[in-house]
Amino acid sequence: MRLQLRGLTVEVAGRALVRELDLDVGSGEVVGLVGPNGSGKSTALRCVYRALRPTHGAVLLDGEDSARLRLRDSARRVAALTQENGADLDFTVAETVALGRSPHQQGNQPLTTRERELCARAMHQLDVAHLAHRGVLSLSGGERQRVLAARALVQEPRVLVLDEPTNHLDVRHQIELLSLLRGSGLTVLVVLHDLNLAAATCNRLAVLLEGSLVAVGDPWEVLTAELVQRVFGVAATVVPHPLTGDPQLLYSLSPASPVPSPASEGSLP
Amino acid sequence: MTAPHGIDAAAAAPARPAAGPTSVGLVVAATGLFLVLLASIVVAIGLGPAVISPGETARYLWAALSGGRISASEVPAYQIIWQVRTPRVLLAAAVGAGLGVVGVAVQAMVRNALADPFVLGVSSGASVGAVTVIVFGVLAGLGIHAVSIGAFLGAALASVLVYAASVTRAGITPLRLVLTGIALSFGFQAVMSVLIYLAPDGEATSTVLFWTMGSFGAATWQSLPVVAAVVVLGAVVLRRYGRSLDAMALGDETAVSLGVDTTAVRTALFVLTSLMTGAMVAVSGAIGFVGLVMPHLVRLVVGAGHAKVLVVTPLVGAVFMVWVDLLSRTVVAPRELPLGAITALVGVPVFVVLMRRRGYLFGGR
Repeated sequence: MRLQLRGLTVEVAGRALVRELDLDVGSGEVVGLVGPNGSGKSTALRCVYRALRPTHGAVLLDGEDSARLRLRDSARRVAALTQENGADLDFTVAETVALGRSPHQQGNQPLTTRERELCARAMHQLDVAHLAHRGVLSLSGGERQRVLAARALVQEPRVLVLDEPTNHLDVRHQIELLSLLRGSGLTVLVVLHDLNLAAATCNRLAVLLEGSLVAVGDPWEVLTAELVQRVFGVAATVVPHPLTGDPQLLYSLSPASPVPSPASEGSLP
Repeated sequence: MTAPHGIDAAAAAPARPAAGPTSVGLVVAATGLFLVLLASIVVAIGLGPAVISPGETARYLWAALSGGRISASEVPAYQIIWQVRTPRVLLAAAVGAGLGVVGVAVQAMVRNALADPFVLGVSSGASVGAVTVIVFGVLAGLGIHAVSIGAFLGAALASVLVYAASVTRAGITPLRLVLTGIALSFGFQAVMSVLIYLAPDGEATSTVLFWTMGSFGAATWQSLPVVAAVVVLGAVVLRRYGRSLDAMALGDETAVSLGVDTTAVRTALFVLTSLMTGAMVAVSGAIGFVGLVMPHLVRLVVGAGHAKVLVVTPLVGAVFMVWVDLLSRTVVAPRELPLGAITALVGVPVFVVLMRRRGYLFGGR
């Protein structure tokens, strides 16, 4: 399923958090949304999973305006892993994962055999099957993140949006989750902070700065030293990954500079 | 209490009943609790200053329901059973069930473990309504129901005010709702204090005591049907929101991504719980503690899933309230202990013990 953002603008209290954002994610494509803090990445995603209504513009699913769909119907197409990592009540892991079926269910009917198998498979894929009967509130942040990811898979969406899915995850589970995204065949729009993981995971990257799209393209086109300097304000060297050939960034810390003090100010060049 | 999935209470780890096919266990648990409720009702109707055995009680009840015959010498006992105690015990069951189920819904609606049916200002609004009727004699044309109707109108007015004050363009948000409810409760209490201060007689004061501590002493066959119908229908409708409440416990954004219109659900729940609470407070006053603690107690045993909690809580609440009312009218008979005092005295220790024994976690742990 194709996901298109068309002229997406979100204004809150007169300030544009996202400005005229146009972005296409082809069917089965993994697109990474990167940018510094406060650049509007999460805001754009929230419009896709409909937690936020855009001020202007639209989110299209296979050309159809998602705002016209009932919430339930769009939840059958789009699943989200949000930054909400908690829970008010101590559901078991199995119960939490099963909640992913709710847009497909009527009333309080129990899960069908197929749905239970689906849940079991998702829990296995995210390595939480052994936690099935534990309460989610007793888990670590990373374990809970994986439970919520399993819940999103069980939703059987055709579009998956993820807001910093690698939060709280250890290296192994980061790699496993991103590999899963790559191999899922789903249309994926994912916000990632780690540019190297983004380059390795995504078919294309889109860069946001102050709510506007400043670059979009395959990782080699986008991740240039100039762009990283301009957008993130850090010096980086781009090298090919020795095995995969993906662009990888090597950062250099800012050269040691003395803490400016009023006395030394006059002597600066 | 019947544990639905055969849980070993001694389980050290916070292990939970399996979440798989819940329906079978749930049906067994609900049936068991329903039978316990029926038995409790029959026993409680038989007990009082004049003790009547459960068998006799059942026979009188059957006679009343089926239009059967009893001998003339049995008429006084029959009158006590059917005219005095039966409506009272049934009212206790209905209100206990209602407070429990509304407590579950309100805690989920405002996403707060400390919420209870009265947190949104309904009970203090009802008290203002009732006191207004007594002090100013308004609604006098409605006869003996004037105070109840006044209380219900007060509760409804309070709900409307709380809703109007907390609604924004983004709908009603949980924290705003709780804060508005608590703030307006203080306002209503102030209004009530002024009314009582200005009241010419002492009747207003005793009415206020009635409303703050709760009692089923005023139960009659006339007052029972409305509140019973509201509670039963309300509980059935609330159950339909089970899965939405589950989703909302994961956060509003996640709930929306699961297809739950959180604003619409919150508005519907607000209307429903206000209506149920108003109907209950109007006939029995504000009985504290049940709506706060019963939901937690049930979650401790059956887990957090609302499909189960919304069925088990009203049944447990009803059983609990029937026995509390029995204690209230028998321990220091002929005087009655306030229900609120008993619910707290019995429930608090049970709750603390259970909470300490099992690793119970709610929200921020």
